[in-house]
Amino acid sequence: MTATTTATSSELLSVVASRELAGKRTVFAGIGLPTLAASLAHLTVAPTLEIVYESGVCGAHPSHLPETIADAVLITGAEAVLSMATLFGSVLQGGHIDVGFLGAAQIDRHGNLNSSVIGDWDRPTVRLPGSGGAMEVMANSSEVFVVMRRHDPRSFMAELDFCTSPGPDRALADGITPRGAGVTRVITDLGILARAGAGEELQLVAVHPGVTVDQVRAATGWDLRTADEVGTVEPPTAAELGLLREDVDPGRVYLR
Amino acid sequence: MTMKDAIASFVHDGDTVSLEGFTHLIPTAAGHEIIRQGRRNLTVVRMTADIVVDQLLAGGCVTKLVSSFVGNSSAGSLGELRRRIEHADPEPLAFEEYSHYGMICRYLAGAQRLPFHPLRSYAGSDLPSVNPGIRKVTSPYPGADGEPEQIYVVPPVNPDVTIIHAQRADRSGNTQVWGLTGVQAEAVYAAKKAVVVVEEIVEDEVVRSDPNRTVIPSHAVHAVVACPRGAHPSFAQGYYDRDNAFYRAWSHISKDPARLREWMAEWVYGTRDHAEYVAKQGEEFWAGLAVGEAMSLPVNYGRRL
Repeated sequence: MTATTTATSSELLSVVASRELAGKRTVFAGIGLPTLAASLAHLTVAPTLEIVYESGVCGAHPSHLPETIADAVLITGAEAVLSMATLFGSVLQGGHIDVGFLGAAQIDRHGNLNSSVIGDWDRPTVRLPGSGGAMEVMANSSEVFVVMRRHDPRSFMAELDFCTSPGPDRALADGITPRGAGVTRVITDLGILARAGAGEELQLVAVHPGVTVDQVRAATGWDLRTADEVGTVEPPTAAELGLLREDVDPGRVYLR
Repeated sequence: MTMKDAIASFVHDGDTVSLEGFTHLIPTAAGHEIIRQGRRNLTVVRMTADIVVDQLLAGGCVTKLVSSFVGNSSAGSLGELRRRIEHADPEPLAFEEYSHYGMICRYLAGAQRLPFHPLRSYAGSDLPSVNPGIRKVTSPYPGADGEPEQIYVVPPVNPDVTIIHAQRADRSGNTQVWGLTGVQAEAVYAAKKAVVVVEEIVEDEVVRSDPNRTVIPSHAVHAVVACPRGAHPSFAQGYYDRDNAFYRAWSHISKDPARLREWMAEWVYGTRDHAEYVAKQGEEFWAGLAVGEAMSLPVNYGRRL
């Protein structure tokens, strides 16, 4: 084997996200980096992790890497396939999900997310797909991890163009007590931001090797707080990369 | 009933039409027949507005969309939908935006003829500010802390007609679905009329050999249409696989209005019905989407001795 131990951006994000799943029981994941992270975690830090897909599949045992959350290979051999009403109503709103994985076009300092529009909702510059189940994942998971491929001020914004999926601070301001902590981890190409829950801002807790704190602050659209001690993310190990490349995504469907 | 007759009988100009199927069993062939018959001013209700909705928009059939996800799955954008919403090109599109569970609760309220359905979503979201259908009420019961509790509610939806695709049904409409069952049963019960399109119509004994697999009984179904491969480019578990290449291609086709018109002319207006669309794709194409067998083991329903 001559595999390099230098990780690509997708590999780096997947490995770092997988480590955050240590000790978790249930994760609600979409296809792409979240699936890679969850599958890798299943082989490393969280052997009993159950992945629940938005399509209603629980306990999937796919013969091939799924291309979508509804890929037929997720259904054949799965432990359960649920209707939408049961999945969103009883599983998600019923409080059975430890970690939800979300992406977004924009995120703010409290982990509120925009996946609806760039610009005004009425006549947007860019119409994005919208909530899908993201709002429910945010409101009902114990905590939410966000993976952002590019850490830049256009995505890390002081003011969102539109708040699709609100974190607990906005829910409380609306007079409703949320179940979960909202976004607790944001994993980016520059490092890791973290917050514990309601009332807290995201703060920089670690940077990737070679990245400086100033660089991350400059790439963030608000005055980013930093932890007392900002750590350095341990680079992906040869073992982690080997599992990712040979077992999780050998066809390199997502490991672009 | 033929697809042509079903659409002619059950879909009228100005109707509210629900097309459901969550990434699986999407009623594409029905959408194409709606376009061929030139329906106008429809309100389309669909959780995941994807390729079939973009095609209905391109066909000029739709003035209003009710949805919780407007994208080409994870494969890219819907060109016509974005032109309609971003530039009102060629005309504006009224859009009522919800979240997935908001849509599910609208179907549940509709199916059960309830005035609204509560859910723990929307608190702090900007969506209620652009969608007056999403409202906050005070629960008549105290919350877990004994204090008054506020909660968001969504209104019922009762489509004039719901159209779904399924693997099989008997002649009277007992409809069996396996794999992802989505929100089809709720969408059918919410509607005033329901059309079920199936891969195959089977003998009564086949359905009755496994009654738990029936997700929609015949009393809720007004027409059954046999239309093999009618869910392409989505898939039918156990019948054919998803055409992922077409999902990726759609982002490019729909991005260019001229190319989109050409595609519609060739594949929708240029085919008389779905059988012609299937034949035009060719056997080699369908062989590429073929699936192998993975049979479930039978269960014993028992019989009185």
